[in-house]
Amino acid sequence: MKRKLVYVSVIVALSQLGGCASLGVQPWERDLLAKDEMALGAEGVDLGLDDHIYFSKEATSGGRSFAGGGCGCN
Amino acid sequence: MQLSHKGSIAAALAGATCALLGQSQAHAETDSSVLKDWKFDTAILYYGETDRVSLAEGVVSATKTNSDDSIFNVKLVLDTLTGASANGAVAQPTVQTFSRPSGKDSYQVAAGDTPLDDTFHDTRVQVAASWMQPFADTWRGTAGFNVSREYDYMSLGVNGLLEKDLFQRNTTLSAGLSYQFDSIDPVGGKPTPLSSMMVPADDDYDDEFEGEDDDHGAKNGSDDKTTLDMLFGVTQVINRRMLMQFNYGLSIVDGYTTDPYKVLSVINTNGVTQDIVYENRPDSRTKHSFFWQTKYALDNGVVDVSYRYATDDWEIDSHTIDSRLRFNLSGNSYIQPHIRYYQQSAADFYQPYLNQSADLPMYASADYRVGEMTAYTVGLKYGRTLENGHEWAVRAEYYQQDPKNAGFEQPGVLADLDLYPSVKAVILQFNYHF
Repeated sequence: MKRKLVYVSVIVALSQLGGCASLGVQPWERDLLAKDEMALGAEGVDLGLDDHIYFSKEATSGGRSFAGGGCGCN
Repeated sequence: MQLSHKGSIAAALAGATCALLGQSQAHAETDSSVLKDWKFDTAILYYGETDRVSLAEGVVSATKTNSDDSIFNVKLVLDTLTGASANGAVAQPTVQTFSRPSGKDSYQVAAGDTPLDDTFHDTRVQVAASWMQPFADTWRGTAGFNVSREYDYMSLGVNGLLEKDLFQRNTTLSAGLSYQFDSIDPVGGKPTPLSSMMVPADDDYDDEFEGEDDDHGAKNGSDDKTTLDMLFGVTQVINRRMLMQFNYGLSIVDGYTTDPYKVLSVINTNGVTQDIVYENRPDSRTKHSFFWQTKYALDNGVVDVSYRYATDDWEIDSHTIDSRLRFNLSGNSYIQPHIRYYQQSAADFYQPYLNQSADLPMYASADYRVGEMTAYTVGLKYGRTLENGHEWAVRAEYYQQDPKNAGFEQPGVLADLDLYPSVKAVILQFNYHF
């Protein structure tokens, strides 16, 4: 069941990427995407602090960035 | 983890952070030409669990964009942690006594309470730096390192990321590699796996207990582990309002993954503790993660939703949904609700206790963090841009973990005790960007 979920997730993700070449915008259509808050890593400090908390308290880490090691967390 | 110096490290941390902030601001005022290409992101965070751990953390991140669009970033993180942490033993209807990690003192846990070790006190310093260099028009390469040091733990890491833009920069492919070396030097020494915890007697530990410890050699030395991470990603602009990212991550951990401060109770058929033994985890772990994120620009805000599925050879599967919805209140202020939901299954070696009648397993941990659990976070952030272009923000969040029983019996006296208590925490943070 869990394996199936993985495969379905991958297929859904890949299907969304399948039409990459026909997606997208022209350079002059980037007014909204160019805003700071639209960057994928916007609020990087918040994301880093959250990663540290959840790395310490949960069994999974990473995904957005490297899972890493880095603390002997209690 | 540290056993002494219970002074005002939190105050020292706050002071140091303020000094850094103040210094940077002073510099900005007196010599703006030097810093005109620099941007500073600073934050102070408080994380506090009810009756357990609390953490104060300060971050200063400085970023310089050069004329060739290369970017240099250096980040300093200071944090101090204090309070109590579940040691892994089960609650009992009677008072329990445990050894502190040093082996030279003991603490007691009241009847019916989840055993918490209140010895923890730690200060961590982390420095990370990276350089991003664009080249050949559509390529970017980033190299970085990080160093982290705490009382009983040291971590060194290097990482690299290569990115390639395609289709008028509407598609970006990325591949990254990270190598981390962690060294742990546990207080009191590294315990022998699944060996009994020896509790010093109140009166005579000075001569007898220490001698006993030496004879048995149950705790000795330090250990280390390495983590190799690979990350492959695709970022795609969907249309004028939406972009999407998909990452696959592979993480290979090799070495000492055991928590040297965690124990398990060995119980009899009536659920009464007969012994306390140190946990033991496998010396390797391979993790896979699938991460998907979408951002959508509204007329007055941003929708940010991400989902992560992770699975590993410890049989821990997890699902994480994270969403932030930014609403611009005006041209210079916004509010941002945050909701996160997390769910994980238990590691195959997780068990809340050991049975006295059964053979000792090779690996066992009662750490609830590798057990079955759900968790959620709800929060709200408010941010404002000042007339001088500086920005500040404040956020408040509530985080709750709800460990679950993954199908284990609670025999005898354990039947009426709460073996899976929830952990509740508040997170408060202040950011300043200039």
